[in-house]
Amino acid sequence: MNKMNDQASKTYEIMEVCLLAGKIMLQSGGETYRVEDTMMRIAAALGVEKSHSYVTPTGIIFSAEGDEPTKTKLIRISERSTDLKKVALVNSVSRQITSGDLNMKEALNRLQEIETMTLTFPLWVQTAAASLASGCFMIMFNGTWIDFIPSMISGGLGYLSFVKFHRFVPIKFFSEFLAAFIIGLLSLLLVQIGFGKELDKIIIGSVMTLVPGLLVTNAIRDLMAGHLIAGLSKGAEAFLTAFAIGAGIAVVLTFL
Amino acid sequence: MDILAQLITSFFATGAFGIIFNAPKESLLKCGLVGMGGWLVYYVLEKHMGDAVFATLSATIFIAVISQEMAKIYKTPVIIFSVAGVIPLVPGGLAYDAMRKFVENDYNHALGLAAKTLLLAGAIAFGLVFSEVINQIQRKISYRVSKK
Repeated sequence: MNKMNDQASKTYEIMEVCLLAGKIMLQSGGETYRVEDTMMRIAAALGVEKSHSYVTPTGIIFSAEGDEPTKTKLIRISERSTDLKKVALVNSVSRQITSGDLNMKEALNRLQEIETMTLTFPLWVQTAAASLASGCFMIMFNGTWIDFIPSMISGGLGYLSFVKFHRFVPIKFFSEFLAAFIIGLLSLLLVQIGFGKELDKIIIGSVMTLVPGLLVTNAIRDLMAGHLIAGLSKGAEAFLTAFAIGAGIAVVLTFL
Repeated sequence: MDILAQLITSFFATGAFGIIFNAPKESLLKCGLVGMGGWLVYYVLEKHMGDAVFATLSATIFIAVISQEMAKIYKTPVIIFSVAGVIPLVPGGLAYDAMRKFVENDYNHALGLAAKTLLLAGAIAFGLVFSEVINQIQRKISYRVSKK
């Protein structure tokens, strides 16, 4: 009896490690198939030969089969962002587990460490990057160098306001709408005072930092790979984001 | 001269997107280079053949294959290199134009532009899937060869 309890609690601990790894990856923007694959690999390396993982953008269900009755756990994911560094870190932890360099306790500690880490660049660096990207995109969409500084200004401020609004009201749709509105308004102002020339190019360049390019591609890719639920829900999220940006700009365009 | 400006801006734009997506610091330069290569393929093809869908598809396959090789060399997930690289190809400009036409009540033009946007997004996704298929076939072949 005691032995069986030991076995059961060990399986639960293995599941804990798998779920934590999956959770961090999914919250940091890892692809659905990669999350599922990583969780099953970790489970196999730690001794659970047969496992099933079912990943959707809003939750993970993981069950481990063994000699004892099958155990299943569920984890709810409510906040998602893009943090590729964390994906890379979890990936390397999973590699170390499969190669046997990390045992279960160490892996769990390492994953908990990763979960609490804040690895993002400081906000001013992100804003600077966003404004640089906006300026560059404007040139790539056949804009002229005269509009480089204006699109840097509106793109940078738009991104900054998106991050700030999102902290204030954690509804993505709303903060995207407001950020797009601010970008449109700023671009219009800059063109009106004669600092910028082509309104369209400035807006397109600046809006690119908000565009759900990653989501759209991941959605279609998930659909093609057979992750139908994940694909559809990512597609819905991408559509909402695109709609929010479009609506924000559209409000400004009606002022014209 | 024109192409030089395109190269420089695409390099910086992709690198900056790497920062926004919080890619590991040591991979930012590589992200920029991947994005620059992809944009070069797109720009040249689009200019000489005039077909944006084909250009996007080729550029995406190029980016995805390079990213996969890089992921193998540096032992990091593919997504780190491919995501930022693909961003310049996202049809943001077209989506904007479509939306603008919708606002102006010009639905005929708007629908055409929206369809084109969808096609381009599909081309990006198809390129990514296609290169993954190539990768898997390659892996299977090398596995069979090593078994014999």
